[in-house]
Amino acid sequence: MPLDQPGATHALSPAAAARLAAQVAAARRRRRLQSMLPWLVTIGMFVVWEIGCRVSGVAEFILPAPSAIAMSIVKWWWPLLENSWQTLVTTVIGFALAIVFGLLLGVAIGSSALLYHGLYPLLIGFNSVPKVAVVPILVIWFGIGSVPAIITAFLISFFPIVVNVATGIATVEPELRDVLRALGARQSDIILKVGLPRAMPYFFASLKIAITVAFVGSIIAETVAANSGIGHLMMVASSRFDVPLVFAGLLVTGVMGVLMYVVAVAIENRTTGWAMRGQNDQRLAVGG
Amino acid sequence: MSSTRPFAEIRDVAMRYGGVEGTLALRGTTMMVEKGEFIAVVGPSGCGKSTLMRLVTGLWPATEGSVIVAGREVDRPLSIAGMGFQNPTMLPWRTILQNVMLPLEVVEPHRRRLRAERAAYEAKARALLASVGLAGFEKRYPWQLSGGMQQRASLCRALIHDPQLLMLDEPFGALDIFTREDLWSVLQDVWIERRPTVILVTHDLREAVYLADRVLVMSSRPGRIIAEQVVPFGRPRRLEDTYAPAFTDLVHTLRNQIDEARKAAPADAENLTHAA
Repeated sequence: MPLDQPGATHALSPAAAARLAAQVAAARRRRRLQSMLPWLVTIGMFVVWEIGCRVSGVAEFILPAPSAIAMSIVKWWWPLLENSWQTLVTTVIGFALAIVFGLLLGVAIGSSALLYHGLYPLLIGFNSVPKVAVVPILVIWFGIGSVPAIITAFLISFFPIVVNVATGIATVEPELRDVLRALGARQSDIILKVGLPRAMPYFFASLKIAITVAFVGSIIAETVAANSGIGHLMMVASSRFDVPLVFAGLLVTGVMGVLMYVVAVAIENRTTGWAMRGQNDQRLAVGG
Repeated sequence: MSSTRPFAEIRDVAMRYGGVEGTLALRGTTMMVEKGEFIAVVGPSGCGKSTLMRLVTGLWPATEGSVIVAGREVDRPLSIAGMGFQNPTMLPWRTILQNVMLPLEVVEPHRRRLRAERAAYEAKARALLASVGLAGFEKRYPWQLSGGMQQRASLCRALIHDPQLLMLDEPFGALDIFTREDLWSVLQDVWIERRPTVILVTHDLREAVYLADRVLVMSSRPGRIIAEQVVPFGRPRRLEDTYAPAFTDLVHTLRNQIDEARKAAPADAENLTHAA
């Protein structure tokens, strides 16, 4: 029986070779454009913003131009760095806690229908409570500082992780489960060997959402109840009507969010490449 | 003593889904399977063939009657069974080799020995893959293989832990006819070499007659065994044999029996549901 062994080459006619080379070149151009596009779009946005500010002559304390924000960043680089580092550490701690507890609870809920039905309404209820409203309570319990910010980041990023991991585990195909059960596998074997690996793409999809909302959580808490962090810095700056510095804080936050997102995507691509199968090949094929 | 008892005894088994008022899938099903025998179960669609398979492997408990395999009442999943389904059910994050070795990570005593004797087990898995024509594909992922090749790998996974009982639920149902015939030969070779007890559920009658020692015909739901045909042809059977008159006659007989089962069925099922 013939099985398709790779690498079987045969001679191409010159016309076919030229066409193939053109297809490959087109695919390469497309990929290069695709990798440059995010930078082009971002730079384009700042250019439009700058021109808009200059043409309309809007006051700096209403909407500062990117050049004014840049100058503010240069002027206040040390406080910005110090406070954004504080925010980053706070967020990452809260996020890490959310990963640990989110995975545990997600696995528990996903593999037990009883827990699922018992806990789900409660989880939805918790998630519906605006986290800003929780911060004052956290301040009463833990005082001003980074603890309320860590907990807020945790609370806000916990939910998407739980829901996604639970979905990934609960939707394991029954036949896949039967293959293992018919071998006499324990419930823990099924979760470890089938449930968890299958939930990984869902888990990483949720991490991309969770990391960005974790920043929202920690910064909300910092604006209300902290004496350091980028949220606190923005509050102080706005009370002095230093609007360029407020925008500088926003910009730095955005950059941190994108960086963490990139980290999450890099880990995702390394560990769950199987779920994205064939996308690279497809891109090449579409290029023709 | 054990030599006189069949390897698998299914006696007067009934299976009902969804409580007292639920669907009756099987009723009064009785079948005996000898050790090393190759049995095929055929019947109209929806007759409870797959239910029967899940009962025998202990995935589901019977509502009535008894299922005894290898001298033991089946009350939980059997680890002496290997299973194959219509869908190859390969794990997409594992290579073909890792997929085939999955049962070794679960079934004792392999589970304990796997770490120490990984090289030996891996060699065994490679040899098994080679025997079904998959040498050189060990490091590939399932989605890089065609459906037929995945099904070969799935067969290897069902066999790697040397199960005494091989349960196949329409394993070739989703394949084209040429691939299917290739895999019949592969399965026959494997069976002749290792002699596991095989219960093959199928609705391809040529497949049943080509592969099995005995073909059991099930009635429509609620299913039970209504006829049995012993296949007298010697082994190994060749694909040409499937066009011989004796072979076609047997397929034809089975075909008629299934038609009768389908005709008799609807009224029958009605009565039984009301009676119950």
